[in-house]
Amino acid sequence: MKQKSQLSLSRRKFVKTASIAAAGLSMALKTPLALAAAKVKMGFVYVGPRDDYGYNQAHFEGKAALAALDWVKAVDEENVPETIEVQKTMESMIQLDGAQVLFPTSFGYFDPHILKIAKRYPDTTFLHCGGLWDAEKHPKNVGSYFGYIDEPVYISGIVAGHMSKSKKLGFIAAIPIPQVLRNINNFTMAARSIDPSITTTVVFTGGWSDPVKEAEAANSLVDQGIDVLTCHVDSPKVVVETAEKRGIYSCGYHTNNAVLAPKGFLTGAEWSWATVYKNYAELIKNKQPIPNLVRGGLKDGIVKVSPYGAVVSDAAKADADKALASFMDGSMVVYKGPIKDNKGNTVIPKGKSYLQTDTWLESMDWLVEGVVG
Amino acid sequence: MENDIGLWSVLIAVLGGAIRVGTPFIFVSLGECLTEKAGRINLGLEGNLIMGAMTGYAVSYLSGSPWLGVLAAGSSGCVLGILHALLCQNKQVNDIAVGIAMMLFATGIAFFYGKAFIQPSAPHLPSIGFGNWSSSPVIKAALDINVLFFLGVALAPAMAWFLRTTRWGNAVRVVGESSDAALSLGMNINRVRLLSTMAGGGLAGIGGSYLSLYYPGSWSEGLSSGQGLMAVALVIFARWNPMNCLYASLLFGGAAALGPALQSVGINWGYYLFNAAPYVLTLVIMIAASSAKGTVRGMPGEFVK
Repeated sequence: MKQKSQLSLSRRKFVKTASIAAAGLSMALKTPLALAAAKVKMGFVYVGPRDDYGYNQAHFEGKAALAALDWVKAVDEENVPETIEVQKTMESMIQLDGAQVLFPTSFGYFDPHILKIAKRYPDTTFLHCGGLWDAEKHPKNVGSYFGYIDEPVYISGIVAGHMSKSKKLGFIAAIPIPQVLRNINNFTMAARSIDPSITTTVVFTGGWSDPVKEAEAANSLVDQGIDVLTCHVDSPKVVVETAEKRGIYSCGYHTNNAVLAPKGFLTGAEWSWATVYKNYAELIKNKQPIPNLVRGGLKDGIVKVSPYGAVVSDAAKADADKALASFMDGSMVVYKGPIKDNKGNTVIPKGKSYLQTDTWLESMDWLVEGVVG
Repeated sequence: MENDIGLWSVLIAVLGGAIRVGTPFIFVSLGECLTEKAGRINLGLEGNLIMGAMTGYAVSYLSGSPWLGVLAAGSSGCVLGILHALLCQNKQVNDIAVGIAMMLFATGIAFFYGKAFIQPSAPHLPSIGFGNWSSSPVIKAALDINVLFFLGVALAPAMAWFLRTTRWGNAVRVVGESSDAALSLGMNINRVRLLSTMAGGGLAGIGGSYLSLYYPGSWSEGLSSGQGLMAVALVIFARWNPMNCLYASLLFGGAAALGPALQSVGINWGYYLFNAAPYVLTLVIMIAASSAKGTVRGMPGEFVK
């Protein structure tokens, strides 16, 4: 009873006090924001931890590179689930940190979360990592950026094709979405360009982060005689470490995984988001329009190949460097017919070819000949 | 013929998986079994598992000794168990609600302090190569067994013996069967439950250290993905019998290995179904074990009230 009497503010009085306080607070907040307006403010949201050797770390490294630019202020938040949580995070970055541009990096953030918040904040730019922006359907202050990570994966495939003795490669994948299937196909076609008898066995774990299943998949694949392993999951750490433990070769993904497998590491596909994020920062600083779609591969510096491991043979290096050079000068066409899928149907007829930039490739739903899975 | 080899290797993978994946289940389910025998449910063991995984990895990395990591993991589990017991012994406190709160609390703490340990590689627990007689690398790998597995296997009959024959074991059972009877025998109910929950929590912590220090062998936030909760369900399936807990844990481990093993030999239809095998098994077991008529056989009497 005593406690209640202490709190017995009348409702009217409470509203009055609260609104005065709120007005004061918002004024107090506005002043420092206005003073610091010269800085470009960017916000980054990751679905997982920013030091997982994987997707999130790659984005974090990109964000960290912005620290070199003293006219940029970058904030970030990790472990934000693909739920209403990400909406709250985005709103607080806009309202409290004054973010002009947001980079919610996970696939599942886009629909409905970014779309919903973007309508509410038309002055803020939302750039999503992935390939989902559509000019006809989606707001103008939203855009997407992505890199052709399948290009360095192709290089990994060439090295894997050279180094494999059993002619059986393994690929541990999370979920069969187009980006994942494209990586599997590039890896397989590259290896088969070295030796057409090579096959790639795929295990889908059904989730982006499931370490026990990834380890189990790696062990099962090694038991089947596979001697080069790579993956497309959120964090390649478990897969690469298990491969090393079982004494086989591995190709990394997302970031440089060489330290995880000092003996068996061959090479890997890495993101290089620093380039992308610096470019966006420059555009905002110079008040230039921000393109809604940004794509790029090896030659644009958005993705890169991990340095070759010590065991990689000279022949493998030579072929890999040759492919790298043709990616760099733009002459490489991976999807050149005739290409069959692993059920024997011709998906790309003879004479037809798809360039890297072709959006048809972003809706891939087939696995190439030579893939088991 | 080649197909035969494929199927054999699936069998070996499932056997190996039962040992590799099943070990943490053994520890958590035995821990829960002991706790529930004393008449208390600790749903927070998922949190103990994650906390144990993080603490074990961190201590192993900082000290260089994985065994010190196991010890620290067990201790962290004990502390969480004590906390759970102390909270639950207050009047009108629901142990299920406390368990869920403890699970969220421990998970949050582990994620917070675990940030710094996601990247570094800590020294692993050693394993014993029981397959060295074989020339087949498949069998060698499947029989490369961690010492903690044997500890778990030895613990199950030890706990059964402890509960059946020792005075302390009897005390645990009496407290779990009927707190009134325990009171009239002059037992300190809270103390018995505190010790049981503490020991049970400690076992779950050790189970966590197996995850981070042996298999899959690295600390990450997705490491447990509900294994602690499944182990709690497993205790009901095992009818509160430590030996059955052991068998059930191995069964669950094998079920978890089935999906990847089938895909690796090229059987690729329905992998979502096979990957869900442990969860489907949990559901089926819960339905099969439920009864409209009376209590499940073996259930501690305190849960009936």
